[in-house]
Amino acid sequence: MMDTSTLLALVQDGVVNGAIYALLALALVLVFAVTRTIFIPVGEIVSFAALTYAGLDGKTTPPVLALTMGLGLVAFLRGAVKARGRALMILALETLGLPATVTAIVMAVVPMQLGIVANAAIAILCVAPLAPLLYRIAFAPLAEASVLVLLIASVGAHLALSGLGLLVFGPEGARGDAFSDAVLEMGPIILPGQAIWVLAATLATMIGLWAFFRFTLAGAALRATAINRRGARLVGIATDQAGLHAFWLAGLIAAVSGVLIAPLTTIYYDGGFLIGLKGFVAAIVGGLVSYPLAALAAIAVGILESFAAFQASAFKEVIVFAGIIPVLLWRSLRHVSVEDEE
Amino acid sequence: MKPLHWLALAALAVLLPWLPGLPLFWVSLACQIGISAIIATGLVVLTGVAGMTSFAQASLMGIGAYATAVLSTNYGLSPWLGLPAALMASLVVALAMGAVTLRLSGHYLALGTIAWSVSLYYLYANLDILGRNDGISGIPPLSIAGWRLIDIRASAVVIGLGLVGAMLTTRHLLDSRWGRAMRALRGGAVAAASVGVELGQARMLAFVYAAVLAGFAGWLFAHLQRAVNPTPFGLVAGIQYLLMAVVGGAAHLPGALLGAILVVLVNNALQDWLPHLVGPGVNAETVVFGLALVLMLQAAPTGLWPLLARKSKPRHHDVTAAALPRTLMPAQGGVALQAINLQRRFGGLVAVADLSFTLYQGELLGLIGPNGAGKSTSFNLLSGVTQPNHGRVELGGRDMTGSSPQDMARCGIARSFQHAKLVQSLTVIENVALGTHLRGAASPVAAVLRRDRAEEARIFAEAAIQLERCGLADLADASATELALGQQRIVEIARALAAGPSVLLLDEPAAGLRHAEKQALAALLRQLRAEGMAILLVEHDMEFVMSLADRLVVMDFGTVIAEGRPQDVRRNPAVIEAYLGGVA
Amino acid sequence: MSLLDAQNISVAYRGVRAVEGVSIAVQQGEIASVIGPNGAGKTSLLAALMGLIPSQGRVMFDGHDISHLPTEARVERGLALVPESRDLFATMTVRENLMLGAYRHRGEGAAKRRNGMEEAFDLFPRLRERAEQLAGTLSGGERQMLAMGRALMGRPRLLMLDEPSLGLAPLIVRDIFRTIATLREKGVSVLLVEQNARAALALSTHASVLENGSVTLAGDSAALAADQRVTELYLGAAH
Repeated sequence: MMDTSTLLALVQDGVVNGAIYALLALALVLVFAVTRTIFIPVGEIVSFAALTYAGLDGKTTPPVLALTMGLGLVAFLRGAVKARGRALMILALETLGLPATVTAIVMAVVPMQLGIVANAAIAILCVAPLAPLLYRIAFAPLAEASVLVLLIASVGAHLALSGLGLLVFGPEGARGDAFSDAVLEMGPIILPGQAIWVLAATLATMIGLWAFFRFTLAGAALRATAINRRGARLVGIATDQAGLHAFWLAGLIAAVSGVLIAPLTTIYYDGGFLIGLKGFVAAIVGGLVSYPLAALAAIAVGILESFAAFQASAFKEVIVFAGIIPVLLWRSLRHVSVEDEE
Repeated sequence: MKPLHWLALAALAVLLPWLPGLPLFWVSLACQIGISAIIATGLVVLTGVAGMTSFAQASLMGIGAYATAVLSTNYGLSPWLGLPAALMASLVVALAMGAVTLRLSGHYLALGTIAWSVSLYYLYANLDILGRNDGISGIPPLSIAGWRLIDIRASAVVIGLGLVGAMLTTRHLLDSRWGRAMRALRGGAVAAASVGVELGQARMLAFVYAAVLAGFAGWLFAHLQRAVNPTPFGLVAGIQYLLMAVVGGAAHLPGALLGAILVVLVNNALQDWLPHLVGPGVNAETVVFGLALVLMLQAAPTGLWPLLARKSKPRHHDVTAAALPRTLMPAQGGVALQAINLQRRFGGLVAVADLSFTLYQGELLGLIGPNGAGKSTSFNLLSGVTQPNHGRVELGGRDMTGSSPQDMARCGIARSFQHAKLVQSLTVIENVALGTHLRGAASPVAAVLRRDRAEEARIFAEAAIQLERCGLADLADASATELALGQQRIVEIARALAAGPSVLLLDEPAAGLRHAEKQALAALLRQLRAEGMAILLVEHDMEFVMSLADRLVVMDFGTVIAEGRPQDVRRNPAVIEAYLGGVA
Repeated sequence: MSLLDAQNISVAYRGVRAVEGVSIAVQQGEIASVIGPNGAGKTSLLAALMGLIPSQGRVMFDGHDISHLPTEARVERGLALVPESRDLFATMTVRENLMLGAYRHRGEGAAKRRNGMEEAFDLFPRLRERAEQLAGTLSGGERQMLAMGRALMGRPRLLMLDEPSLGLAPLIVRDIFRTIATLREKGVSVLLVEQNARAALALSTHASVLENGSVTLAGDSAALAADQRVTELYLGAAH
């Protein structure tokens, strides 16, 4: 039997992890709704951001910048096959200019040792552009393909990126400094500062996203593309641009999650995959379309995981991932169709 | 391929490993290729043919491998007894997995297999009986009459024969009524359901068959390596097998072997060379494979085999056997099909508001109305594809409301579709043969063992007769995609007739036909009517339907606005208004 | 010079030609119509003009060749299509749908967008009542109004309408056609594709009859309205 304080600790642990899964679930729902891509490499973005944050020592340039610039070059070459004139200029700016600018800024800022929040920003800045670059390389050329083909491509991108992760970060894990050492005590609940940071940042991101979708034309254009692609094109929204924006947002969200999780646990180059998959479980509960459902499910996954870890630690992952199956089943029972699959 | 070719392949598998001077390392690579190709062959059936993607094949291979490993080490059973155990274990696990996973559609299914793969991997790595992360070692090699096959060349023979066997049984399965049903899952599921194919069964068959092949490969693997651990059964390995199928060409049997050869050789080369290029300790091959997968999908989504091979000759079928027994037609003039106050809403839109009519045996009833009047929805209601919110459908006096398309087919309804739904990977006559699904009885096991030949011959004789009737006999061996849209619609009629129905629902059969073809179609429909068939015809070509129908039912806004003989209907002011519109 | 001048347009689908060598022109400020029975290729023709599906032939708009431009670039130049499927943003409000209709003028101020919205509401007062309702909950007629309103928010130079009367009750059809007539007075050119032949011919200056993917009759709308062949096309030849 477990006592109340253990119970509370487990729930609290679950909620904190669940908040991070919730962020990832939002990113996944967003990308899927706009581009129909199930963005498996989201996990790599998480671990790369975490490792970059943990590796900032005020001296060395983050090694991930080589990856960002390299992918930028590949994306440029991939896009240059087709683009001409103004489009080529924009492509060059986004794929070559932007990573180079990020590198220059980061190299200038790192030696200043501006503190933990600046480090978090640096890590996010270095890693977030990977998502839109991946979109240009792997997914935009497949925009008309089926969800299944996009998923297989996504798995391929995950494989490649995780191999590159090993090359860039090496096999050792790392753990980042906590944002705050403060501890908040509320009766039986003891909240460490990092947990508060995670919850606050999650909440802020969600509110920010909501405001973006609700109040800006760019946000409305993304929603419109998700709801009806043809309708979006008919009002003049370029759907590949919308896809790029969705991947940008997803990259930012995933990088933020990575930085948040870095102080909570030791992260390895391939550790993000499992974290990302848990975000998936939640995203799928929401049918890959509903943000609130996905966020709630993410919290549930976090709590399930924390109890599973306590009761049967060896089978923690089995329990969490086998847990997705009934959810998938429930989803597909709810939407019965005999549509032809291609 | 002819039986002789398969024998030659088997002989090659037996002899090739003993070629003098052949480096043993090459033989061991060949073993890897053979095992991988068996798994990829399963993926051809599952992904290429049936259109389902699985990332869990490596995990299913693990089921077979661990089953035989536990039995032959812990219980000292002969490895040969491990074979049925491995096959059985993978079959049972696949059935259980399939029961909860296969209802998922498209990408949900693929995600489900990722979840299975991760779960099974952690299960292998944490169960004491499976040796946790260390796995099981000391697995005995296969032995024949006391001769232990320790020599890798002997193992290569077993694996080679296993691969030839796997490809042969797969070919048999694909050339059967079940093969046609599985092919129909891709792009023709609704049509297959309309002739009685239980889609769930066909999906399960493909999934279980691929799993059993994976289990078989696992058994070979365990006794070749003589040790198992969780690593080769993880998600990355599962992705590699899928890569093999995609690279080789998932829709083609030889593609599985081609893909396995390429991926294993490239993998080997990468492991040799990459450490020199990027330093040790970096598994750069995953980078290359990941990129290869993405690039393949962008550049050659159908894989390499179709690019390398000449366009294969279409399968030719002997049609000289006796056809299937004829089905009995109900008495002329009896009530065939009755719609009673049918209503169907989609969200706020009422597609069919109130539809009632009666169709008699030996009658040709035209259902007409302007675009958006609700005709296609009515058709779907009558054939069980869509369920009504209100009202009843009766077939020969039996209440069929709420029945599935398969039940409707069993009770004698057959239909064509407005947008022809032919299975693209089948020839014209095979598409027609799909229509006989309910009239055949051969099981998948009979198909694999080739015990279904007599029945198949009768099925194809029947299909040939129906094609002949529809005037498409000379196109029998053409690929369904080569036909003009109008001809595709006629093939759909032949497919419907092959089901031996008593009620025929035709959705715009004359669209896209030339004048002479229309006349031939009209003659066919008149003949069918004379035989007692009840025919419901949705048609936009007024001249066609007016000259043919005994009665017309005119729909607008989801309700019947007129009913009667053609000459009366076309003078009806409400009908003229509906078609030409009022002046605003 | 014609505002829209499409020459020799062909659309192939799976090796079958849905539209074969169709040429069609719309003059500045006129309503032109394309009539024809179901399955004649009308929707494919519009989709090709809009760049939604691949096609052959040349599309000139306002003197520029737009044949190779993607849909969104054609929208930027002032071409708009209200498709048969309406393609509304079902889970967004009527107001949001209209706002997105002005996406091509996103550089302009919010005040100008509000003016445009007021104009759309004046044109379709029903939409004003429903402004905060989700588009997916509208009735068929309201959906058609919203689809037209959304297209007009982009202040297009040529509005192409695909079967605006489809599935709508006669009273609503009358309203919609009245609105189309007022558009001409506002200087919007219209290409109207209809199976409601009488209404389309009454409204338009020029018309083409599309049958089996080709134009079989073309000319003055009034003359076509009197042509016996048009009636036969819809109700079959007398026996």
